[in-house]
Amino acid sequence: MRGFEGAIDADLHPMVPGLDALRPHLEPFWADSIDQRGLEGFESQSYPPTAPRTVRADWRPQGRFPGLAEMQAWLDQTGAAIGILNPIYGVQLIFNPDMNRAFTAGLNNWVRAEWLERDTRLRASIVLPNETEHAVAEIERLAPDRRFVQAMRLVMGEIPHGRRTHWPIYAALEKHGLPLCLHAGSAYRHPVTSLGWVSWYMEDVAAQQQAFQSAVASLITEGVFVQFPGLRVVLAESGVSWLPAFLWRMSKGWKGVRFEIPWQAEPPAETVRRHIRLTAQPFDAPDEAAAQLLGHLGSQELMLWASDFPHWNYDGLPSLPPGVDREKFLRGNAAALYHRLERVPA
Amino acid sequence: MNMMLANAKPASATLGLCDVDIHPRAQSRHAFDPWLSAEMRHRMHTYGLRPRHGYVRGTPFPKSQPLASRRDAWTPQGGSPASDLAFFREQHLDHYGIDVGLLNPLQPSGQGDTNDGFSAAMAHAVNEWQLAEWVVPEPRLRASIVVPYEDPEASAREIRKRAGNPRFSQVLLMSRTSMPLGNPRYWPIYEAAQEAGLPVGIHAFGYSGWAMTNGGWPSFYIEEVSEHATSCQSLLISMVVEGVFERFPRLKIVLIECGMAWLPSVAWRLDKIYPSLRCEVPHLKRKPSEYIRDHVWVSTQPIEEPERPEHLRDTMEWIGWDKILYASDYPHWDFDDPRLSIPNWLPAETRAAIYGGNARAVYGW
Repeated sequence: MRGFEGAIDADLHPMVPGLDALRPHLEPFWADSIDQRGLEGFESQSYPPTAPRTVRADWRPQGRFPGLAEMQAWLDQTGAAIGILNPIYGVQLIFNPDMNRAFTAGLNNWVRAEWLERDTRLRASIVLPNETEHAVAEIERLAPDRRFVQAMRLVMGEIPHGRRTHWPIYAALEKHGLPLCLHAGSAYRHPVTSLGWVSWYMEDVAAQQQAFQSAVASLITEGVFVQFPGLRVVLAESGVSWLPAFLWRMSKGWKGVRFEIPWQAEPPAETVRRHIRLTAQPFDAPDEAAAQLLGHLGSQELMLWASDFPHWNYDGLPSLPPGVDREKFLRGNAAALYHRLERVPA
Repeated sequence: MNMMLANAKPASATLGLCDVDIHPRAQSRHAFDPWLSAEMRHRMHTYGLRPRHGYVRGTPFPKSQPLASRRDAWTPQGGSPASDLAFFREQHLDHYGIDVGLLNPLQPSGQGDTNDGFSAAMAHAVNEWQLAEWVVPEPRLRASIVVPYEDPEASAREIRKRAGNPRFSQVLLMSRTSMPLGNPRYWPIYEAAQEAGLPVGIHAFGYSGWAMTNGGWPSFYIEEVSEHATSCQSLLISMVVEGVFERFPRLKIVLIECGMAWLPSVAWRLDKIYPSLRCEVPHLKRKPSEYIRDHVWVSTQPIEEPERPEHLRDTMEWIGWDKILYASDYPHWDFDDPRLSIPNWLPAETRAAIYGGNARAVYGW
């Protein structure tokens, strides 16, 4: 009994072993630039390659990053029917917009050729370049391939996600029925706290929780979901326990100063329940508080199951939060969200 | 929310109401002149405050009301809210039957100014002003030691100067500092506070100079307000992870106007990630949530408002009934009336603890 048969795993990480892996998938000028400029790779401080948290010890074959074989073994072990790939490789940190576009496209090409082509259980996010026009072009380039089921950005970028400069991206996503996935991580355009740079990696990991709150606040206050009612947003590796308190505060603030954002005609909590989903890894409440927290979330339809392979959040197989609606959590919520998964075998 | 109920001493008054967040305001910037040197008076009135944002007057995110204040808090003579002791006494202390009120002066206190010397001079002047204008004439009031926190050594000197004076009840910091507050740079402040036996009150406000979110600058005042919660989360995470509570085991932190419902989630998150990261932070000897439970208190206003009241009860239980202090935020627009803001479905003894018992315990009143 594997326990997760037929599940949709909403957050898996194909690990880029190095720039050489991307080389065949880059335009020639940019492939040449690797040697010409001595590029050393785009691994991000968000996931230091040798930190225990980045790859669980039993998923590092001979100390290397896990590859397709290890991920396939993991899918076999959980019994998941579908796994969604979120490639985390710090292309978002590149300042040069042309280089950012080229290496992001190369990363997407690598995912398609080396992963999607080799296991029919896999789906992927389109990693978005930073510039709005480049992001729209990348969506248009890859959307016809229905194995790309959403588009992904890091939760900490240069300007908040609701800001109107991003809206052409949201128009393109809505047109193609693709959700936007905001994944933990930073482009390091700003310190990971609003108070400056931190001393410890542990603070960087903890700071994701603040980033997701700010991102949701921006999406709501700027009116993204009013403008794009078909848009859905997935928060990946976000944790979940912060959401109720955040919504209580936000809804209270909205009652007091809603004159400032008149397009937001309903309490923010209602907008969030309709438009936003969270991957439940890490599920960051202790078991004894889980049932109450589920009550505070107010819905069984917010969370998507995710193993977060190969990041180290747990040993062995992940456990289900007590009190969760098993069918919705493992499969139903994701199936309802990702229209491109309609032909998933039961 | 700005309309006053009939003047009647509430039942809670018999419980000994303590208000840990009152904002006295100077009638003008000349109010501090008696305690400033000629050079600093000149700086104040010629160049003014230079906070870590661009405006000379007002704030980068305009408030929802003038001076963010209740419309009825302006004095009968048209003076600024909370600038006149007699009117303040009548409208707030007497009206609600408050036994002890803690002053948290905000700008123009000079806290967080880009000029450390000016900030230190202003801190001294604001502390003298609190004594002369407020807490000596009105014995129900207590002062906070305003410190120039971006110059921690000067802050420690200001704390030691006031230590032992029972009219000062805490050291006051703003939440948006130029580095996260756990950074060892700030430790001289905690050393002096612990030595003086004073809690450190951290009030939500100020300007760090960094983007107000870790993903850039927001657009709206409603975001600025909700982002106070994220800034306070960051400063608390910093204090725990840097090991402040290992180094200063008797330090008490009171989070004022920071919201509180987020506190359990932050503690859980830190506990959740700690096992995979403990090899980085061997200076931590306990689970992160244990430091928070032992060292952190929170004030009520602006208390979060779930759709279902039992959710607030769960949250308060997770925080700890002994850690929650009533605060009004007088005279600001989002002021909390003590008779309405503390849920009446709580048992009487719990309400009494929140109204005053917990504050008496942490502040020694």
